[in-house]
Amino acid sequence: MNVPLVIDVRGLSKSFGGRRVVDDFNLRVPRGAIYGFLGPNGSGKTTTIRMVCGLLKPEAGVGEVLGFDVLRESLKIKERVGYMTQKFSLYEDLSIRENLEFIARIYGLDRRAERVDQALADLGLAERQGQLAGKLSGGWKQRLALAACMIHEPALLLLDEPTAGVDPKARRDFWDQIRRYSAQGVTTLVSTHYMDEAVQCDSIAYIAYGKKLLDAPTAEIPNQIGLFAWRVSGRPLQEAQRLLEAQPGVDLVARFGTAVHVCGKDRAALEAAARAAKAAFPHVEIAPIETGFEEIFIYLMSGSVDNFQ
Amino acid sequence: MSRLALPRFEAPSFDVSWARVFAVFLKELVQMRRDRPTFAIMIMMPVIQLVLFGYAINTDPRHMPAVIELREDGPMTRAFLASLTASTYIDIVSIVTRAEDGDAALRSGQANFLISIPEGFERRLVRGERPQILIAADTSDPVAAGGAIGAIQQIAQSAFAPEFVGPLAFLAPAPAPYEIVVHRRFNPAGVSSFNIVPALLGVILTMTMVMITSIALTRESERGTMENLLATPVRPIEVMIGKTTPYIFVGAIQVVIVMTIAVLLFHIPFTGSLIAFLIGVTLFIFANLMLGYLISTLAKTQMQAMQMTFFVFLPSILLSGFMFPFRAMPAWAQAIGECLPITHFLRIVREVVLKGAGFADVIGDLMPLGAILLVLAGVALARFRRTLD
Ligand SMILES: Nc1ncnc2c1ncn2[C@@H]1O[C@H](COP(=O)(O)OP(=O)(O)O)[C@@H](O)[C@H]1O
Ligand SMILES: [Mg+2]
Repeated sequence: MNVPLVIDVRGLSKSFGGRRVVDDFNLRVPRGAIYGFLGPNGSGKTTTIRMVCGLLKPEAGVGEVLGFDVLRESLKIKERVGYMTQKFSLYEDLSIRENLEFIARIYGLDRRAERVDQALADLGLAERQGQLAGKLSGGWKQRLALAACMIHEPALLLLDEPTAGVDPKARRDFWDQIRRYSAQGVTTLVSTHYMDEAVQCDSIAYIAYGKKLLDAPTAEIPNQIGLFAWRVSGRPLQEAQRLLEAQPGVDLVARFGTAVHVCGKDRAALEAAARAAKAAFPHVEIAPIETGFEEIFIYLMSGSVDNFQ
Repeated sequence: MSRLALPRFEAPSFDVSWARVFAVFLKELVQMRRDRPTFAIMIMMPVIQLVLFGYAINTDPRHMPAVIELREDGPMTRAFLASLTASTYIDIVSIVTRAEDGDAALRSGQANFLISIPEGFERRLVRGERPQILIAADTSDPVAAGGAIGAIQQIAQSAFAPEFVGPLAFLAPAPAPYEIVVHRRFNPAGVSSFNIVPALLGVILTMTMVMITSIALTRESERGTMENLLATPVRPIEVMIGKTTPYIFVGAIQVVIVMTIAVLLFHIPFTGSLIAFLIGVTLFIFANLMLGYLISTLAKTQMQAMQMTFFVFLPSILLSGFMFPFRAMPAWAQAIGECLPITHFLRIVREVVLKGAGFADVIGDLMPLGAILLVLAGVALARFRRTLD
């Protein structure tokens, strides 16, 4: 691949109070990519993103972001990065417009009023621009924050759970926007809990307990995980599901409409479990199926508990 | 993790962007304007404080109990005593003839004043020997005593004047043919009431300027807005200038309010150099803003910032010469006092406002004030964390 790397960090580590929350983290994000960042709560996603944009000083590790040294040139990085924090961090006692204007001034943008007007129009907030940001609902706050971190046309977007608590329509709009940016060459690293968002990413890095467990193009992930699946349908589905959950070799049982998908990493054990269900309930149908993203991500997200200690 | 560790991974940059300073300034100004209660307090506090203290100063204390030690009895003495009684300043509680009795009354608190008219007063007065009237005053409450001392002197003048007619007319011109000697007891240094109003300016400015800027950064941290601010390319010095500048105006408004009240209501004579005063007050406001800003880099919460502000405020009142005469304090207390901006400001303002000093007279306090300002700003800048660590 000769696409230049926008994020290239190696061995990033960070501890809080003697506890390693990010351990030897490597990440290579090519220009224009939409990179998904997955992991349970407390696994170190926010900490990693903060190190990438110079908000936290890594204990160990080196790297470049947008070609600038992540340790020594954080000001240059900050000028070119749009960072959307997980928690709303604009000023609640400033109006929507004042917040955007503040950011526009801080980045020293030209045509300030024009850009702010444009951002307000894109947001659909032009009429409410005088309203205090603190009075906005959660979804609108997210949109405002996104507009604020894009106003200086950054080359790299770092989005920390940008759509948490946002309605599906707004989430779709948001992803359309991200893809448009991506087509223009803007790179995005986005942490998320939503599977439907994860599958839209070009690549995915999965982190748990501060360690990266998986990092691959989204299409290759099923192979990398090596997860096998069987489909079980018919009656009595409820009882069959309960039986399957108790079987050895079953890592995940998930309901998909009128069927359950049983997944496991041990192909033979999984097949044995499926056949045991068939033996117990002769009326159910069982069949091996291709493992889909949905199963993979449910497996990834549910298989690991929250990492807070 | 340690908040004491300076972020060493990037050299500090001194290329200030005034556009970014202006951005922070504007934002801070809007926030200040929206925070109505705080803004109201900043403007009302000087007024309320001055009026409160003003009562202590302006209340001409009346009906102060006095003991008269009388060694002789003549027409002039009688006229003086009659005037004292007629005035409401003094209530004569007893007339004694022995010095010990008068002293005892003063010491026991039975009387606040002991007025002694010596033997042969009238005879010596007529001879032009300028005899003494001795006033011993309990100045443990100097403000209260001060008013009455002044009143007694006036009473004496108006009581004796009508007597100086006919053959005694030669005694009438000033200086008075008698001498009033005041002994301040129990607080010999005494604090003149004029001292307090200009000094109050220092106290009010310290309190508001330090308190308000002490939460400049902790508020951002507590509300989570610090993360967004730090993610932008804004520099520490830009944040510092932008965040403190709005309060320069608040300080200026307070100065105008206090000085207007001082001159109009309390008739404080402003005798010295206005330029020297303005330079002094500007340096002082800056120093206080930096002190508050330094606190905001040390405190983790707004609560801590408030506590630290009081930690600074108490010595500012106690060790600056506001409360106790500076030179009477032990050396260590004076040493602490010298490091406080208010100590130098009090000297400047007293010298300039009350003693008519010019720029050259107060340079010795302007320089340390400037030095304190630079040190505070330097430490605050070094302490500013550019990361969330
Ligand atoms: N400033 C901090 N001080 C102490 N511990 C922290 C701090 N920030 C994060 N942590 C801890 O580090 C771990 C990783 O947190 P975080 O990066 O926020 O995870 P995520 O974003 O994946 O939910 C958590 O256990 C969290 O409690
Ligand atoms: Mg997080």
